[in-house]
Amino acid sequence: MAAKPARLVVIGASAGGVAALRTLLSSLKSGFAAAIAIVLHTRDSDVSSLAQLLGRGCPLPVQEAVAGARLESGTAYLAPGNYHLLIERDGRLALSVDERVCYVRPSADVLFESAVDAYGAATIGVVLTGTNADGALGLAAIRAAGGLGLVQDPQDAEEPAMPEAAIRIAGADAVLPLPALAERLNRECLT
Amino acid sequence: MTDLRLQDLEIDLLIRALQARHGYDFSQYAPASFKRRVQNLLTHYHLDNVSRLIELVLHDEEQITEIIGRLSVPVSEFFRDPATFATLAREVFPTLASYPHINIWQAGCAHGEEVYSLAILLSEAGLYDRTRIYATDMSAQALDQAREGIFTSRDLKTYAQNYLDAGGRHTLSDYFHARYGHIKLDDALKRNVMFAQHNLASDAVFCEAHLILCRNVLIYFQPPLQQRVTGLFRDSLVRGGHLCLGSKETLGPYESSRAFALVDRRASLYRLQSHGG
Repeated sequence: MAAKPARLVVIGASAGGVAALRTLLSSLKSGFAAAIAIVLHTRDSDVSSLAQLLGRGCPLPVQEAVAGARLESGTAYLAPGNYHLLIERDGRLALSVDERVCYVRPSADVLFESAVDAYGAATIGVVLTGTNADGALGLAAIRAAGGLGLVQDPQDAEEPAMPEAAIRIAGADAVLPLPALAERLNRECLT
Repeated sequence: MTDLRLQDLEIDLLIRALQARHGYDFSQYAPASFKRRVQNLLTHYHLDNVSRLIELVLHDEEQITEIIGRLSVPVSEFFRDPATFATLAREVFPTLASYPHINIWQAGCAHGEEVYSLAILLSEAGLYDRTRIYATDMSAQALDQAREGIFTSRDLKTYAQNYLDAGGRHTLSDYFHARYGHIKLDDALKRNVMFAQHNLASDAVFCEAHLILCRNVLIYFQPPLQQRVTGLFRDSLVRGGHLCLGSKETLGPYESSRAFALVDRRASLYRLQSHGG
């Protein structure tokens, strides 16, 4: 049985998230030695074209998250709309249609909290632009478990509310504009 | 022992308590979602830890229905993924129409949104009078709700649009009465529905079905249970019968899956080819 990737990056983004994710993902370097799981608030249950769009210019493959699939290092997984994305302990992806959290499904809180359970201190949480408070409690859980909590600088964000909520509720190990966020992730996760 | 390890142990004991005391087997549920639901139960009952919940499971007979209800398949929507319902009407209804009596099994019906959605489309296709829908769930509480046919009207706009996108020929409001922020579905829609308790993890085949709907249930199961349920579906369907899963679900690489052929990927619609595969 293949070992699960040693580290996991979980990203939450809402309004303005497509542009932010494109900037962030395209600045990652090949040889990125962590799996990446992404929640972007979208109603579109078919995110394959969105995954394609995000994958353009990104050196890592970006795929729609499929239930039961194993996380692989150097791959980014995007939650389909209307499903929560969760990480199992054995490094598999899981989907659920349980109730909305923070009025949204997929919810970054759900992803982040399951990620902590599976990865503990090897989790890196990233909260990007958005208009609600999703991801803040999840980021707090990541930081409480000794993982790293990164937040997009609200001034750099198209919508500052979500990063602001994360900083207020969870605090952050670093608050950075997108290019510096990507640089930090590269530094943390390059082999 | 860390807090996390301690909680793992408690959840393990909870699963054993549910099984031994009440016969509900959650051991093959996908752990991450199950744990979330357990945590939601702790919040609901204002409990500090899972051991307190185990106490309820063992000693409080009155709470078990509520607990199972909250641990089982969640609420759905009317005409969720409308394109799937349109596909059912196009691909499956003509086959159903060739039978004098039609049996449909909705497995894991939760509060019944999809049962009523299906009943509406069958009525409009002129098939409902000769149809029996077996709507099953492991949760008695969910079944009570489903029987009642009362739903919040909060997402009514979405439902009405979904209905039209699914190929509905009238307006959704023809099928319910709205009052005090709720809708009550027309009783005529459930006259051919049999609501019954059935647990996919432990119960056996009980009908011969021409169509089985089981959407967004298998995603909560681990492979051994998925395999069991796939076998149940195979053994419950007539030859040429259809199986419709959730749009993000596929039949796993199981021996019991081999008897099925994919009809429509977007709708996760399968057809039983032959027995024994």
